[in-house]
Amino acid sequence: MPEAARPGSPLLAVRDLNGWYGESHVLHGVSFDVAEGEVVTLLGRNGAGKTTTLLAVMGMLARRTGSVIFAGKELIGLPARAIARMGIAIVPEERGIFASLSVEENLMLPPVVRPGGFSREQIFELFPNLRERLASQGTKLSGGEQQMLAIARILRTGARLLLLDEPTEGLAPVIVQQIGRTIERLKGEGFTIVLVEQNFRFAASLADRHYVVDQGRVVDTIPNADLERNMGKLHAYLGV
Amino acid sequence: MFELLGIPPQALFGQLLLGLINGSFYALLSLGLAVIFGLLNIINFAHGALYMMGAFVAWMLLNYLGIGYWPALILAPLAVGIFGMVIERLMIARLYHLDHLYGLLLTFGLALIIQGLFRNEYGISGLPYQIPTQLAGGQNLGFMFLPNYRAWVVVASLLVCFGTWFMIEKTRLGALLRAATENPALVGAFGINVPRLITLTYGFGVALAAFAGVLAAPIYSVNPNMGADLIIVVFAVVVIGGMGSILGSIVTGFGLGLVEGLTRVFYPEGSAVVIFVIMAIVLLVKPAGLFGRAA
Repeated sequence: MPEAARPGSPLLAVRDLNGWYGESHVLHGVSFDVAEGEVVTLLGRNGAGKTTTLLAVMGMLARRTGSVIFAGKELIGLPARAIARMGIAIVPEERGIFASLSVEENLMLPPVVRPGGFSREQIFELFPNLRERLASQGTKLSGGEQQMLAIARILRTGARLLLLDEPTEGLAPVIVQQIGRTIERLKGEGFTIVLVEQNFRFAASLADRHYVVDQGRVVDTIPNADLERNMGKLHAYLGV
Repeated sequence: MFELLGIPPQALFGQLLLGLINGSFYALLSLGLAVIFGLLNIINFAHGALYMMGAFVAWMLLNYLGIGYWPALILAPLAVGIFGMVIERLMIARLYHLDHLYGLLLTFGLALIIQGLFRNEYGISGLPYQIPTQLAGGQNLGFMFLPNYRAWVVVASLLVCFGTWFMIEKTRLGALLRAATENPALVGAFGINVPRLITLTYGFGVALAAFAGVLAAPIYSVNPNMGADLIIVVFAVVVIGGMGSILGSIVTGFGLGLVEGLTRVFYPEGSAVVIFVIMAIVLLVKPAGLFGRAA
């Protein structure tokens, strides 16, 4: 979807977002919009501030300033638990599967915050492997299964904005394809998704728009339709 | 066979029973410490003082309000648990961003203050607390005499310990607790109020100590130093079992009570130090503790 065709007010509007890890100032004024039902990616080199941007939106940074408007409400100043209750959920980069919990417990851990989440049956239809492994320890799953579990557990909650941090990192191509199909399906169901991704091909196959993040700022916006034309520029940004 | 070893069975079983009783208190107290350490990452040095408070609250309920043992078994842990939650909110919560050592120092200071206040008010000679009439007397088992109250202490401790284990390992609340122990930031990002969970956990761990205190009141005299004497051994139990391990603290608590009892039979001179000797050996061979996961 080209940028001009987006409807009036975005579901998520980030303006001049600054964020800190302890003393170190990582985000220097990130701004971007995501409309309802869109999939956008944050692209950029390692250390550009993509993960930190997701953490800042989710309220998981100790210090952040600027503005994050979600569904018309300001999130700056709210704790992560309040932000989660408004319908935002995250799949962190390290996946965050709990070792002391079984797969079943991991799956059922996040409370349902809104109606309209996936049922267990829908989740098992999406990720049949998980049904077989319910009694296993969470971290005994393969990397791909852990990623599926990390996605599955937030689908139950009814969150409508999903923040996915490098869901394909370190996974085999066949698993990457399965996760790609899952994200497409979620998009089809009306979920809004912000995807941080190093796998550029993967991102291009799914996203409506790409935001290029560099040194803690969004430095460019590339609609997916214009991607081929902007390849040279993008390669320069990403340093590949 | 016992006569062959020169030990009369009465002495052996008597000491084993005493070991089980001590083990009951070790288990309850180290379990509370483990629960608190798991989620709060602080070593709760006030644990002994709060155990003592449990016994004193039971004594006060009886002597000031005429409320007996059975209600006290619920009310004293509740009161001390609430006291603990207030302490956690007002003081301990301010230290979570600092090194563990600060939590330890704070709770150590609190223990000294609490003990000092009670010593000031009630002296150190100890106050009597009667065994409830329902549990007076005992059973002659043939090979030994089993006082009813002591049997009750072992049963009550086992029930509470395994009830706690079940809650933590098998229920949804327990899953939240375990998850928050591993990654509190992510659990918060799922919409859970982690600070409240931490406060309730501290209150629960402290209530376990107070429950042990009420159980102890009719056996030992109610004394401001009763916790300080016990807590050093309990810390050794926690180190041997492995910091933060739930099942480990229960099994180690009862096990070391028995070991202590056996030592009193076979080598009485060593009974006071046997737990510390085991602690030294465990620290050398398996520093994370018998049930601990290496960090």
